[in-house]
Amino acid sequence: MENKLMDSKYFFYRKKITSSIMMSLTFIAALAAIIPLIFIFYYTISKGVTYFNFNFFVAMPKPVGESGGGMANAIMGTLILIGLGGAIGIPIGILSGTYLAEFGNNKFGFLVRFMTDVLSGVPSIVVGVVAYTMIVIPMKHFSALAGGIALGILVIPTITRTTEEMIRLVPSSLREAGLALGLPKWKTTIAIVLRTAWKGIATGVLLGLSRAAGETAPLLFTALGNRFWSTNIGQPMASLTVYIYDYAKSPFEDWNQQAWTAALVLILLISILSLLFRIITRSKYKTN
Amino acid sequence: MNNELSDSIKDKLTRKLISSHNMGDFIFEKLTLLFTVSVFLLVILMGYEMYQGSRLSIAKFGWGFLSSSTWDPVQEIYGALPIIYGTVVSSALALIIALPLSIGIAIFLAEIAPDWLEKPVSFLVELLAGIPSVIYGLWGIFVLVPWLRQSVEPYLSEKFGYLPIFTGAPYGFGMLAAVLILAIMTLPIISSISRDVLKSIPYSQREAALALGATRWQSTLIVLKDAKSGILGATMLGLGRAIGETMAVTMVIGNRALISPSLFDPSYTMASVIANEFTEATSQLYLSALTELALVLFVITIVINALARLLVWSMSRKWKTS
Repeated sequence: MENKLMDSKYFFYRKKITSSIMMSLTFIAALAAIIPLIFIFYYTISKGVTYFNFNFFVAMPKPVGESGGGMANAIMGTLILIGLGGAIGIPIGILSGTYLAEFGNNKFGFLVRFMTDVLSGVPSIVVGVVAYTMIVIPMKHFSALAGGIALGILVIPTITRTTEEMIRLVPSSLREAGLALGLPKWKTTIAIVLRTAWKGIATGVLLGLSRAAGETAPLLFTALGNRFWSTNIGQPMASLTVYIYDYAKSPFEDWNQQAWTAALVLILLISILSLLFRIITRSKYKTN
Repeated sequence: MNNELSDSIKDKLTRKLISSHNMGDFIFEKLTLLFTVSVFLLVILMGYEMYQGSRLSIAKFGWGFLSSSTWDPVQEIYGALPIIYGTVVSSALALIIALPLSIGIAIFLAEIAPDWLEKPVSFLVELLAGIPSVIYGLWGIFVLVPWLRQSVEPYLSEKFGYLPIFTGAPYGFGMLAAVLILAIMTLPIISSISRDVLKSIPYSQREAALALGATRWQSTLIVLKDAKSGILGATMLGLGRAIGETMAVTMVIGNRALISPSLFDPSYTMASVIANEFTEATSQLYLSALTELALVLFVITIVINALARLLVWSMSRKWKTS
């Protein structure tokens, strides 16, 4: 009798201990994920500050062998490329998202939703190859336009899906109120539904663009890179990410240092975009 | 009878009137439809363009492209086997590392952590997903690779040198570095989707287990069993990401088309070959072979993503209907 009691007590404690061990292991797993994050941020900031000064933003890259210089052209190039990507991706994304939410409750809608999900999983380098065969080959030279189109294709899935989700969140009573006033559906959608959902849509757009800002692979053989100042979208254009790649691989220590600074600038740029994203989402909850 | 007929005609007429009145609606619907169709066509166009671009290589090598193991641009012989090997091995090993950690994180976030801890930890894990791949590569070249070369690889070859996976010179650049970076990069995807999957399981499942005297861990096991297909889907999404990951891998993997059992040796993946050699491709056949690699990559990631989405989707549907 006593033995049995001991046994059950033993099992009780054993399962308690197993439970706490496993639960603390999950905590360790969470810590393990955060350690590389801390490392990456630590190195980017501590190594990046060396060249992080006003000059870096306004000066042009120096030729091989000369130290110093900045990446004004790459910063401008990244901004132009994001702008191009947005100009292509935002209208397609928002309009197709609107269609999916308002008219897409059928097989075709399901198919497109599935396609956008699949498109979001296509590696960005593949999109780069497509942009190369579709634009660079016919134009016969590398251009920022090809890079912008590649980025545009990459932001479409994010924008489409967020737009659809945000429009679906708009209560149908708002829609009905518009229709009851005799507004046609298109006016209701634009003036009421999209206007109510625009903050959510804007966050999707910013999320998509901040991802596009960090893309390198689709730019390698579309926008290529440029050591000079260029704002002509028909010509090759520099970008921060391609500079980081080239400078990281280079044997010059000075360039390696600049790669870290470019990485820091890129992270700041992305942070600014996601900060905007947070400000927008916050004010959304406040007004509601 | 006559009256009924005229009623139905009247009805039709009024409908027609209303619809012609709402010409704007018609245009609006068709306009948005046009853009939606363009997204649909885009995916098909991408596949078609790459197929066109790789016709030269397909005609010359046929299926042998996938099974022959010489990748020699100088001799114009292109066999993708070592590259496919590198892609499969690096992604598979990365998942083996990332999966248990991700499930741990997902359990921690969904089952254990209180709200005040869950939010910041989720945020940090998602931040990991937001870091551009080229910055991972930069960190890989200047921090991870020197660390592997100086400490980890000499240690491993000294202690476990009898294993074929730890032989060869410790360069730092090679399969091991790529695997570690890929593991870090797939971690946030798998863990955040798995967390959502765990959260989608009704709380009553846990309450039932706890009421029967199960511990937290035992109830978590039951929840995990319910979430199996969703977690499998999350893992496949991670796999898709690992296979297509380009910049970070190409910066640390050493870039040599080589089949070697050793983790210290350099290797190559499909994405990194394209990134590394596309601008150098001088001949039409070379370019075509690289485009064919992109096509293979495209098809593989589409299949993986489609399966993954179906799994995650069927999972969330199951719990919604019940």
